[in-house]
Amino acid sequence: MVGLGAAALWFALFVSVAGAALALAGALGGDGRYVTAARRSVWALCALLTLCVVIIEAAFLRTDLSLAVVADHSSTTTPTGYKLTAMWSSQEGSLLLWAWVLSIASSVVLAATRNKHREIVPWATAVLSGLAAFFCGLMLFAADPFARLSPAPLEGVGLEPLLRHPAMAVHPPMLYSGYVMFSIPFAFAIGALITRRLDASWIRSTRRFALVAWICLSVGILLGARWSYSELGWGGYWGWDPVENASLMPWLTGTAFLHSIMVQEKRGMLRAWNVALICATFALALLGTFLVRSGILQSIHAFGASTVGTPLLALIAVIVIGSAALIAWRLDDLRSERRLESLASREAVFLVNNLLLCGLAAVIFWGTFFPITSELFTGTKHSLAAPWYDRYTAPLAILLVLFTGIGPLLAWRRVSAGAAARLLARPALAAAVAAAALALLTDAASHPLALAMFAFAAFTLAAVAQEVIRGAAAQRALSGASPPRALATVVTRNRRRYGGYLVHAGLAVLMIAVAASSSFQSSQDVRLRPGQSTTVDGYRVTYVRPTKRIDPAEGRISFGAVLRVTKDGQPPLVLRPSRNYYAGPAAPGTGPVRSFFEGEATSEVGRQTTATRDIWTAMQPDLSSLDRYIAGADRRLQRIGRGIPAGDAAAQRQFGYLQGLAIRAIAARYMSHTPPAEFRVNVNPLVIWIWIGGAIAVLGALFAVWPAPPARQRRVADVYAARLARELGRA
Amino acid sequence: MEVALAVLLLLAVAAFIAAPLLRPRSAPGRDAAAAEARIADLEARKEAKYREIRDAQLDHAQGKLSDADFERVDAELRAEAVALLRELDAARGEAAR
Amino acid sequence: MDPARKRKIRLVVALSAAVLLAAGLVYTSFSASADDLQPSQVLSQRPSGSFQLTGVVVPGSIRHRGSELDFRLADRDDASRSVPVRYTGEVPDPFRAGREVIVRGTLDGGTVVGERDSLITKCPSKYTDQAPQPAAAGGQARGKATAY
Repeated sequence: MVGLGAAALWFALFVSVAGAALALAGALGGDGRYVTAARRSVWALCALLTLCVVIIEAAFLRTDLSLAVVADHSSTTTPTGYKLTAMWSSQEGSLLLWAWVLSIASSVVLAATRNKHREIVPWATAVLSGLAAFFCGLMLFAADPFARLSPAPLEGVGLEPLLRHPAMAVHPPMLYSGYVMFSIPFAFAIGALITRRLDASWIRSTRRFALVAWICLSVGILLGARWSYSELGWGGYWGWDPVENASLMPWLTGTAFLHSIMVQEKRGMLRAWNVALICATFALALLGTFLVRSGILQSIHAFGASTVGTPLLALIAVIVIGSAALIAWRLDDLRSERRLESLASREAVFLVNNLLLCGLAAVIFWGTFFPITSELFTGTKHSLAAPWYDRYTAPLAILLVLFTGIGPLLAWRRVSAGAAARLLARPALAAAVAAAALALLTDAASHPLALAMFAFAAFTLAAVAQEVIRGAAAQRALSGASPPRALATVVTRNRRRYGGYLVHAGLAVLMIAVAASSSFQSSQDVRLRPGQSTTVDGYRVTYVRPTKRIDPAEGRISFGAVLRVTKDGQPPLVLRPSRNYYAGPAAPGTGPVRSFFEGEATSEVGRQTTATRDIWTAMQPDLSSLDRYIAGADRRLQRIGRGIPAGDAAAQRQFGYLQGLAIRAIAARYMSHTPPAEFRVNVNPLVIWIWIGGAIAVLGALFAVWPAPPARQRRVADVYAARLARELGRA
Repeated sequence: MEVALAVLLLLAVAAFIAAPLLRPRSAPGRDAAAAEARIADLEARKEAKYREIRDAQLDHAQGKLSDADFERVDAELRAEAVALLRELDAARGEAAR
Repeated sequence: MDPARKRKIRLVVALSAAVLLAAGLVYTSFSASADDLQPSQVLSQRPSGSFQLTGVVVPGSIRHRGSELDFRLADRDDASRSVPVRYTGEVPDPFRAGREVIVRGTLDGGTVVGERDSLITKCPSKYTDQAPQPAAAGGQARGKATAY
């Protein structure tokens, strides 16, 4: 079957190249048959790539070790679920995923626009087919998922322990889906620019794809943050690592795009902004894909240069230069006749929004690529750490949150000064009250930026609440229904609006949690013996007793601690951090017992999450007092080991048993003469609200993207048609 | 066996893609399709315009738009909608012919 | 003031603000940044002040002394050029001999003193350039793919 898969990938390359050629022929010659053929080739491409994915996953499931990608990332002992996700932990598999999602999204959009946008669709098809051809070619010439190993090894390398995490199943596909789906509006924007059909038609057909892309990207970023938070040494939930930044930048410009297109749909303005934003978003999405595999930046994620880096960079360059040239060429057509009527209007707020989001993206871009730019100008690589990013993104983020509150309150075109004051009054009051309460009752004033964020987020939440209440009231006045029914009606009839409001509310909650957990975190490093205790942020943490666990099956020794955490007025809490030591390959000169303690080690974090804070603790036992015993055991074992004749299986087994005894003795010593351990105790306020806020935002976006049932759409349209007909009669 | 499957796959895909090219290039057919596309486009713009009218009404009911502003905006939007309906009728009439 | 003039003024103000902010950004980034070095560069340049060091942990060099972690870092491409590092703070789980790490610190005598909590260990290699190597005769199990 693998051979069929390899053939299918070649066919996919031919088909995508043919599709691009057919689409171009159709675009230039105007012959609809070529456009239809091009559309069919995209559908065929989707079928071929699906076949490839199925064959590869089947190979993973039956652990076909003749395939290099299976041998390198899976093994016979890998759990089934992780066998499936192992595909995208590999370079080749992730490229295949990229191309596959691209083909699916392209097929869907081309099916939906079969009878629309006759001028734009051929060019969009050419762009999408061309992109697919690029990725197929990249796979076939640089990272072939169907590469074989001959002879096939007996056992695979297996999945890296750190990647055996449920997040691995969802985080990469979500990110890739997000990146890929921005290609759809991008392709249509290119088509619109070439054909000069620069009204809102290209936006209307691709808006949903942009929104779904945003949802996927948001979920991917949130999952990545959560995964990072739960692993020690990954910098908490956000560390401004280049790869984290690479996923955030297209999210920022994509958010700007989603808002800005509303202005074009309603008022025909910001057309140049929109084409520029989508081209930038897609270029940044490709850049994100490139950064993970290029090695040009030092990052927790990025690795040595791979063969795939340079072609991807070339593609990004082509897209950036090509889009810029197209936009410059069509600049006259992009100018809108309409002008901003007033600064107190939604259009103005969206323009400010664009500026803030692009400003954030620009700051992050500058910081991320600073090692390269500084090398160009000064000859040495310089890098910027988290404090620099925090300093410049915090004010922009605070302003952004403010405007996510103002936007929903205003209307399109113009709101009179009096009306604006009335609309902003109550949310502003809520913000002031919140700020005052926090300043007086807590020490929030010690971090003015955080206080500002809290106040503005309170403003936004109050604004959203006001909108929902007033909307329900207005609906009630129109139809006389009961309040709950009126609320349900107005919300479901205006999904885009109220879905959007929910997203803003979720974002406000998330930013409150981010500000609180980063500004008001308490952290302490302390060295404790059993019986000793320390105090962190009002919590008394006592090291009660040590724990040990020996796991021969996993080749693991765990030394841990039982900690009791108490605070006035709260029930006592027990945390059990531990450090796991794994049997590793012995470095030359290291005895078998010592190799345990100098090999791979992981930490089990002891954590408790409540609505107000996370308490989190990790430990590192100081094993130096056990050194003597470890060295002694190793000496004795080595002496005995020298006396064992090679090939004597029974003696080898006895020797293994002796090693086990030695390890148990060391562990017993740990329990009886417990050395002190370094404990890090963190109290992080409000962290759970990051995940809750994010979930709310994603739900809001899902609500906004969900199509209203067609029957209701027709009914509403008919009502209006009737009213307009009356107008016509009168006119 | 795999080779045969691969060849079959290639032939199926090639046939699927080339099929439209073998149909005769028909001018009247093209025009009908073009007219259909135009109607779909106008329909979409009409829906969008209706949504705008509804949005403005909601904004007005909530007090964001003053009465004067609302009347101006509403009249503008309705005029645009009426123009769209006229274009739509014309396009439908042409397509019927 | 007629609307066209108002628009021009708005544009000029916005552009000036953008240029000023950008200039501020660029200026502070150069002063806030730290050199990005490899062990061989530390040996040859003897930098003063804080810098970021990237290297591979030399096998056999890891020692835990109380709350301190001592190890040596070598160039990725040249294991003979290495520097000793003294570090306190959070040690990431993936840290072990042979892994590539990033640490910020200063040079004290001949030893790099790592800033607290600045140690980052790179994820074990996911996307390397390795061409698949045939297993040794007899079909033995593949060894763990090394990072570089």
